Amino acid sequence: MLSVEGLHAAYGRIEALDGVDLEVKQGEIMSLVGANGAGKTTLLMSICGAPIVTAGRIVLDGEDLAGVPMHEIIRRGVGHVPEGRHIFPRMTVLENLRMGGYAVDPKHFSADLERVLALFPRLKDRLSQRGGTLSGGEQQMLAIARALIGRPRLLLLDEPSLGLAPLIALQLFQAILGINRDEKLTVLLIEQNAYQALKLADRACIMVNGKITLRGTGAELLANPAVQAAYLEGAA
Amino acid sequence: MPQTGIVFRGEIPARMTIDIFLQQLVNGLTLGAFYGLIALGYTMVYGIIGMINFAHGDIYMIGAFVALIGFVVLSTVGIASVPLAILIVLVLAMFFTACYGWAVERIAYRPLRGSPRLAPLISAIGMSIVLQNYVQIAQGARTKSLQPIVHGQYSIDVGQGAHVSVSLLQIIIIVLTVALMAGFTWVIRSTPLGRAQRATEQDATMAALLGVNVNRTISITFVIGASLAAVAGMMATLYYGVIDFYIGFIAGIKAFTAAVLGGIGSLPGAMLGGLAIGLIESFWPVFFDLAYRDVAVFGLLILVLIFRPTGLLGRPEIEKV
Ligand SMILES: Nc1ncnc2c1ncn2[C@@H]1O[C@H](COP(=O)(O)OP(=O)(O)OP(=O)(O)O)[C@@H](O)[C@H]1O
Ligand SMILES: [Mg+2]
Repeated sequence: MLSVEGLHAAYGRIEALDGVDLEVKQGEIMSLVGANGAGKTTLLMSICGAPIVTAGRIVLDGEDLAGVPMHEIIRRGVGHVPEGRHIFPRMTVLENLRMGGYAVDPKHFSADLERVLALFPRLKDRLSQRGGTLSGGEQQMLAIARALIGRPRLLLLDEPSLGLAPLIALQLFQAILGINRDEKLTVLLIEQNAYQALKLADRACIMVNGKITLRGTGAELLANPAVQAAYLEGAA
Repeated sequence: MPQTGIVFRGEIPARMTIDIFLQQLVNGLTLGAFYGLIALGYTMVYGIIGMINFAHGDIYMIGAFVALIGFVVLSTVGIASVPLAILIVLVLAMFFTACYGWAVERIAYRPLRGSPRLAPLISAIGMSIVLQNYVQIAQGARTKSLQPIVHGQYSIDVGQGAHVSVSLLQIIIIVLTVALMAGFTWVIRSTPLGRAQRATEQDATMAALLGVNVNRTISITFVIGASLAAVAGMMATLYYGVIDFYIGFIAGIKAFTAAVLGGIGSLPGAMLGGLAIGLIESFWPVFFDLAYRDVAVFGLLILVLIFRPTGLLGRPEIEKV
């Protein structure tokens, strides 16, 4: 569904991606694990058309995305929960959710709203509260709910469990798995919680300094001693 | 019997009577309508791209010229119905002025997006000079005038033999402005376009990540701002009857002051600021020397900025990011 070939990206003179190759197949959950500053967020933003790509190709559903503007890429079925949530602070929760449905037919909105509110009941009582006044975890829930309302076929999640209580994070991962199974939603997941990310993943990659150094199924990487030493110390 | 417009031109009446009060209220509302409509354009553009569009006053001036030309052309082709003429001219003025607003953003601001703040500011001042000179060359430097075409003056008895005089044109101006502002507020609050605009204002990258065409949304903002200024321009042509290439400068500064007074970036603030300045300008000469009227307006601005730096309705920044 998505393939990234030889991708280089830079912020001015700072190289952030140094030849990334990645293939995400229809219907799978792909996890991307890596240390701080490895370039994970940069990769997701590049996929969405941020003007930082210096070389390489990104192909979505067989079409090269070079020169396609960000909003067009999103309209082709990509949902993005960005790092840092990016809730519209002076919009209500409901308005934030409506923005999530900006690019889809409004007739779906009320049913989709029901669906995401069932996933995050906490948001239900706060529909008229301003986004900027939500707690960090509530904002995270809202960011995910907002992306789901956009009916993506490919969902990019940049540290979705950040700031969530462990139990809520667990529910979130289960929900992601559920949506993946029920609706054939393809997921590219970045997580600091490497254990959860690898457990959830069909396939996974390890990223170091702008390069992918290791690939395999989630189970393979979980069992890999090098991965355990670097990312799973103390977990599980 | 007071006439419409600014009444006392320097003479200071001894006391405020009910008829003077109401008279100046009507005149002040009329002025406030102009300032409010123009101020909306400043505040919208500031909200969405964080720059002061110094060419906006000149966009208003263009609106006034398009309206003047429109009225002259319509009268030569013999359209005698005044409401029809106003409607046609209104649509024409909004359309042509919107094209100018769109072009200014496209030519002078968009290529500079992402550059340091000073660059678009200088570009805006340059655009303002370009528009003024263009109209000066195309239309001549002398003032242009238009015969009054909206007649009708109502004298309202307010008791004790006192009267307040309200012209039909003032009623049209106030009603049209209120209707436009209400419609505009509705668009911004409750339509997908308005939401996309606010989203772009608050977080442009995130808006794009939800499928909003940010460039187009910014263009639409300029188009809406210019159309509102065009309405003000048409009303000025009808109300004052004389215009020249320089009117955008004065009105622009006043409207900009209104936007800052109300809290730049705040739409209700721009309307309130426009109203406040209109009322101050009409009431000031009742009590004080007309010569100091502008001093009063800008003095108030300074006071508000000292005690409420974000303006009357501006938001203090208390958000979690
Ligand atoms: N806007 C920017 N300007 C300059 N350098 C940047 C910018 N954004 C990221 N970088 C640099 O690019 C590199 C990759 O950053 P990126 O945000 O992609 O890392 P990450 O893998 O997402 O890290 P984390 O796990 O901490 O979120 C880092 O070295 C970072 O300092
Ligand atoms: Mg990151």
